[in-house]
Amino acid sequence: MSADFLQFLFSGITQGACYALVGLGFSIIYNASQVINFAQGEFVMIAGMAAVGLIDAGAPFVLALAAGVALTVVVGVALEKFAIEPARNASVVTLIIITIGASIFLRGAAELLGGRGFRSMPAFSGNEPIVIGGAALLPQSLWVLGVTVVIIFALGRFFNATMHGKAMLATAYNPVMAQLMGINTRLVLSLSFALAALLGGIAGVLIAPLSLTYSTVGVMLGLKGFCAAILGGLGKPMGAIAGGLLVGVSEAMTAGYLSSAYKDAVAFVIILVVLVVLPGGLFGGRSVERV
Amino acid sequence: MASLWQPRTGGLLALAGVVAGLPLILPNAFYYDVAILVGINATVCVGLNLLIGYAGQISLGHAGFFALGAYASAVLTGDHGWPPLAALAAGAAGVGMLSFVLAQPILKLKGHYLAMGTLGLGIIISIVLNQEAGLTGGPDGMPVPSLRALGHTVAGEHAWYALVGLVLIVSVWLTLNLIDSPVGRALQAVHGSESAAALTGVDVIRYKVLVFVVSAVLASLAGSLFAHYAGFITPAEASFARSIELVTMVVLGGMASTFGAVVGAAVLTILPQALTAFQDFKMLVFGAVLMGTMIFLRKGLVPTLAGLIRNRMRSGRA
Repeated sequence: MSADFLQFLFSGITQGACYALVGLGFSIIYNASQVINFAQGEFVMIAGMAAVGLIDAGAPFVLALAAGVALTVVVGVALEKFAIEPARNASVVTLIIITIGASIFLRGAAELLGGRGFRSMPAFSGNEPIVIGGAALLPQSLWVLGVTVVIIFALGRFFNATMHGKAMLATAYNPVMAQLMGINTRLVLSLSFALAALLGGIAGVLIAPLSLTYSTVGVMLGLKGFCAAILGGLGKPMGAIAGGLLVGVSEAMTAGYLSSAYKDAVAFVIILVVLVVLPGGLFGGRSVERV
Repeated sequence: MASLWQPRTGGLLALAGVVAGLPLILPNAFYYDVAILVGINATVCVGLNLLIGYAGQISLGHAGFFALGAYASAVLTGDHGWPPLAALAAGAAGVGMLSFVLAQPILKLKGHYLAMGTLGLGIIISIVLNQEAGLTGGPDGMPVPSLRALGHTVAGEHAWYALVGLVLIVSVWLTLNLIDSPVGRALQAVHGSESAAALTGVDVIRYKVLVFVVSAVLASLAGSLFAHYAGFITPAEASFARSIELVTMVVLGGMASTFGAVVGAAVLTILPQALTAFQDFKMLVFGAVLMGTMIFLRKGLVPTLAGLIRNRMRSGRA
């Protein structure tokens, strides 16, 4: 394998892991509520902006990261309580516009509090690249990949071995039946937003040292996370992870071998081609409309 | 008299009245500028409402068609010396063809998958316009010559106001006729239930494609007009944010209400202008207004208010 290829693969997988975390958030919220949360990318932005702000203000590094993620979770729960819950049973388009309104609101708040400039966060453990097969791997990339793997296993355990996780799966499968079984589906809804915000927030602090942080950083990340979720079949967590990695790696390869100008278009070209051939996503299976 | 209050004739007369009467109260060129932009946005929304409100199909990529129309006019008249009307027609025909070819596979998608497909389409158009700098001037944009037809140049806010107002009224008239035809009834059946519509003999795909193409062509025409009016265009016209703005206008005004689309376009075009006084709080307030309206007036402005008035009149009579 050439060093170039390896280099593109590293950066693709790192970026892909972030898309996967954002895509997982889309899937978790969709499962609990059938809502597509277009403010998912803003979770990434809030955590990054808040953490950088706190670090610049002199807060200890680890504490600033934790506070950034915690704030994101609070925002996620507030979004569900004050914007999604009052509009339950509204049409899909209405809900989409509510979450888009929320994302504009959050971006406005971030600009007001954190300014419009680009800000950088120091890497977790230095910038000394590790050379593997002629390709340089930044320690921060290892952090991104390591944390993503831990999250995937933790989520697997959460959904299969805890009562709250099983309640979420049951609600995704059939909300009415879940309610009849005594599951508090409102709590599940809050929990799903908290969990999605947690994932977005973690992605936000992980990627901030690699990509700078600014008020509109979440826009493209959110859209590509949505791509990842749809690519793998909406509501399928493992599909979102596969979709995220596929998008990340294809992007890096396109930027490396073809044209860096069209890097951002790759995700959307893939999604159009896949949807035309498989209208339910890669792992979505065939859906039959109930009459 | 009663027939005047039918949405078809009465509403159209009311709209014509508003368009004709507005110049009496518009104090200066700035207000004309806003009114002209409202008219252009409303023309796009009237078409988009056919797709979203009547056929029940979402599109998060219509700004792409608007921008393609705008760039067709800009490139063909500016770089190739075409007459503006020919460029406008060529743009509309091109967008019509493109949307026709793309509609077949895309409109087979449903719900969120359709949202993703159209969103992807719009973003790809936006990226191409940004990157092909040789043709489009790239992110910096390009100038557009003024609109000349039949030996006259459309210049000044009064002429533009009249032209855009006329285009809007004609679009609304055509749309209302379409809704009131067998095509419109077929569309509403598709919205209700595709399976049931198909069972009663409605060619579901054909009607969805038709309305997608009509809305794309209207967007392209409005885009061409906008390009000539503004005199300068940038790829921001094709952005995701712009697509969202258009959908929001339709939903805010009220889905499946042609006049709702016009009202929605007016509100969302005027609101950011009114908010410039708040500078720093502009996005914050805009986002909050958007969320609030959709949460509390779920059906949109026009249907909600119309319902209120109807109830009031009914209780007044009783």
